[in-house]
Parts: sequence; structure tokens; C-alpha cells
Amino acid sequence: MPKQDTVLIANGQGFWGDSILAPVRLVNEGPLDYLTLDYLAEVTMSIMQKLRSRKPDAGYATDFVRLIDRILPQLVEKKIKVIANAGGVNPQACMAAVMEVIKKHGYKGVTVAIVEGDDILADLDTLIASGEKFANMDTGAALATVRQGVTSANVYLGAFPIAEALDRGAQIVITGRGTDPGLVLGPMIHEFGWKKTDYDLLAAGTVAGHIVECGAQCTGGNYTDWRHVPDMARIGYPIIEAKADGTFVITKHAGTGGIVNESSVAHQLAYEMGDPRAYLGPDCSADFTSFQLSQAGPDRVLVQGVRGAAPTPTYKASISYMNGYKALGELTVSGPDALDKARLCADIVWKRLAMDGCEFAPEEKLVEFVGANVCHAGIASAERKDPGEVILRMGVKSLDQKKVDRFGMELVPLVTSGPPGVTGFAGGRPKATEIIGFWPALVSKTKIKTRVTVVTS
Amino acid sequence: MPNVPLARIASARSGDKGEGSNVGVLARSGAAYEFLKAELTAERVQAHMKSINAGAVKRFEADNLRLLNFLLMDSLGGGGSASLKTDAQGKTHGLALLRLELDVPNEVLQATPERY
Repeated sequence: MPKQDTVLIANGQGFWGDSILAPVRLVNEGPLDYLTLDYLAEVTMSIMQKLRSRKPDAGYATDFVRLIDRILPQLVEKKIKVIANAGGVNPQACMAAVMEVIKKHGYKGVTVAIVEGDDILADLDTLIASGEKFANMDTGAALATVRQGVTSANVYLGAFPIAEALDRGAQIVITGRGTDPGLVLGPMIHEFGWKKTDYDLLAAGTVAGHIVECGAQCTGGNYTDWRHVPDMARIGYPIIEAKADGTFVITKHAGTGGIVNESSVAHQLAYEMGDPRAYLGPDCSADFTSFQLSQAGPDRVLVQGVRGAAPTPTYKASISYMNGYKALGELTVSGPDALDKARLCADIVWKRLAMDGCEFAPEEKLVEFVGANVCHAGIASAERKDPGEVILRMGVKSLDQKKVDRFGMELVPLVTSGPPGVTGFAGGRPKATEIIGFWPALVSKTKIKTRVTVVTS
Repeated sequence: MPNVPLARIASARSGDKGEGSNVGVLARSGAAYEFLKAELTAERVQAHMKSINAGAVKRFEADNLRLLNFLLMDSLGGGGSASLKTDAQGKTHGLALLRLELDVPNEVLQATPERY
């Protein structure tokens, strides 16, 4: 039996770097049962592995620990549960840090859980030896071509381990890599007792999770009709009113800014979409063409009729690897004739580098004139013939770090040895930074063991 | 027939997808959706976006959302952190497509509000 009729599940963080105020406002400005927080992107996992290799207790989202410190009294008072993938590549260390915060506040009986098993970096060779090919899903290439440079390897786990953690009494659930929709599907499975074969219901939770996974992108953020979005400074982050039958309402706290309508929700449904008939996840395949959206009051959109199907026997794995170096630098070039002068500057840089024996292939170089239509280059209605000023933005990439650093030395001299009106170089010489490549692959579910650990303060 | 930007009859959302991007085009009315289903082909999108996207364009439909979803297969100058471009994630590709100018029948325009 469901524990309650309607469960309120919010998302207060769409990525690491999203508003630190959003989750605070979600717990303060209205009722809530669950707060979900997404901190991980593909590049984040690789950065976290690097941090952990230098410092054994690093490699998780430190923002999350600071957030718990800030909102723990409200979480305890209002009995709000938190699901966050803040564990990164080190959920154990993240849990330890959160337990320290709970201890500092003096709360007894707060239960924290971690979900592990997504991190397969240490097991990669064993998995390969057991027959897992990790062929690149886009190119078909064998992992062996980049194996030496691999810096992180994680599978996208599903929602059932999160539900297990909640079943075992956790108030705060910390995961590593999982699917973003799983953060909200987990609480639904826990609350409503959904089974692994309830594909329509699991798909409904997945669709709900997809709608809220980028935070305010479904409540009027990044919205085409932006002029009609009220009070964007106080934009409300999304809340799902979930029911056991798989129907749900997308809304936000009363009195917050932003907008929730069929269009704002449909905008987010389109985000990062591939084939809408087969949105593949670890727990089900969801059909984004199956359901109906309808306005059910101000800032309330009802979603019903979601259909799903069985998942595949594989998890998606995200593997990152070292893929060379890049550097990017910018100079501001004022008018008159800003664009002509910026073009000359770029030409000078390439010629001077060549004079010192440093040349790049066309696909290793980039020149942009920001302000003269970079984003929509080549689209006639967006052309600007004589901008008042432009930012000359130049970049290179190469497997050779020295060449990339050499490029970085050739921008600043333009200020005194190029055309007049070149300025705005406050950042010093751009330095080579590592390029992290991504290797999407599949791995048999039977080879991956998940583990839930529960600790009470 | 009046020549109007796609933005008059549709809105859009875009983002990164591997080494490419996707642009979801959301028609502002049923009439606009039927018109766009016929007129806004993958070929037309490919031609408009050719300076941004070096690869193929695939189209998918979701009638329930009045949505045409376009995959631009090579539009980021290398995916993820390998891209040197300002818009390495295709965030602005939706607005680029909304600049496309189309001859739209009057009856479609009359049936389509200018904003949601």
C-alpha cells in the first residue's frame, strides 16, 4: 500500500554549478517530501578521479556537504528526504563528510545511505578479460585503442538501489553515477511499491525525472518565449506531485517566479532527446510519444498515459580518457574596423607561430569573432557587418602539450605589435589544459554488483 | 504566402548529444505542426544549419508534443571537452534554426498564436 496518496519530489540542482540557493528555497518556500540533487556530468567523473588520486578522501561533490550543513535543521524538522548523486567517485568519503556535519549539528538518529557499484575503473581489465568488449557505441572502435589513457569508468545504475536505501530507512541517499531520472524514480518505487516489471509505471517515473533533471529548464529557464516568463530572478525549481498510478503533475512552489505550462514542460522533454519512442534507461525503455500533457491550473501540468517497455540486458557505461591538450585565449579588438583588425590579428598569430616552427592542422585550430555572429555563423539573418568591437577568440588542440603552450605565448604580443585598439587581456598567457574524451559503451548487467550501505548518526 | 521566421510558429530547445546536438522544434498550434511536418524536412534543416553542422541530420516526430526532433550529427567541433567552439554544447542551435524563413499560408498563421 502506498504510504501516502501524493508524494512531492523536487529537483534543486541540475548540474554541479547550478544555483546553490535553489535547494535552500525548495525546502523553505513550501511543502516537500523529497529533494533530489544532480551534481554529475561526464566530465565531472574524470575530474573527481583525478582529485581522488591526489587525495584519498576527495572525489565527491563538496557543494553537497555545504548544502547539508545549511539545510539540515529544515530537513530534520520537515522530515524531507534527500537523494543526491553527490558521491561522485567516492561515496564513502562523501558519507563520512555528511556524518561529520550531522554530528556537528548534534542530531541523533539521522540515517544516511550510499549506493555503490557504478565505479568499474578498477575492474575494467577483469571485465574485458571476462568478454566485455566496451566497443564505442558511436564508432564501434575497440576500447584497447584508448585503454592506456582511461581516467574514469562508471556505469549508469538504475533507481532500485536508491529505493532499497529508502526502504532501509535512509533520510539522505548518496549515490555515484546513476541515471539522472533515477534520482526521482527511486523515491516513487519506494513509496508506491512499484515492481521491476511495472514498465509503464517505471517509464512514468523516468519521464517525470527527465522533465525535472535540469532544474529550472522546465519552469521557464532557457525558454524561447522568455519575455513572458515572470520574475526569472526568483524562478521556482520544479516539483513533481507523484501518484501511485503513474500520473503526475509538474509544478513549483506558490509565489515563486518562472512559469509551468505545457510548452515549458514540452521544451524540457525535447532536451537531449534522441528517438522519442525509445528513451533507454537501466530500468525501462520509455516512450515519449505515448503520453498527454494538460494544464491543470496555474503553473500545473498534468502528465498521464506514459507507456514503457522492458529495459535492455546492458547498462550504459561512461568511460573517459586523456585525449590531448587544448588552449583558448581572447583579446578584445575595438572599432573602427574591428572585424578587419581582428582578422588581421588571427592571421598574424598563425604566421608568427609558423615562423617558430609551430603549425596546426585546420581541424586543430579555431578562430571566432565574438560579437560578429559566432553562434549562428553563416546564417544570413544573423550576420553583423561592422560591430563596434569584437572579442577575438582563438584556440588550438593537439596531442603535443608543448605546441599548445607555444600557441598561448603568441596572443598577448598583439597588443603592442598588431593593429591599434587591441586590449582586454587580463588573464595572462593561456595554458594547455587536458582534453577529456568520452567513450560510451555497454556492459552486461549481470557483471555489475550494486551495494547499499546504511549508517545512522 | 507571407514569409516569416520559424520562430513565428514554433519554439525550440537544443543541447548536446555526443559529438552532435539535438534541436527540438515545438509547433505553436496543431495547424503549425501539420504544416511543419510536411515542410520542415531533415534536408531543409541540414541546408539551413550547414555552417554549424558538418554531419547528417535525422528527424523524429512526437505528435503528442507537436514536436519535431532533429539530430545534428556533427555540430560541436568534437564532443565534450574536445570542442574549441564557444557553443560547445549546442545551446544556441535551437535559436539558430528558429531564424529559418518560411513561406507560411495565411490560414496557418491565423490559427497560430505568436507566443504560447
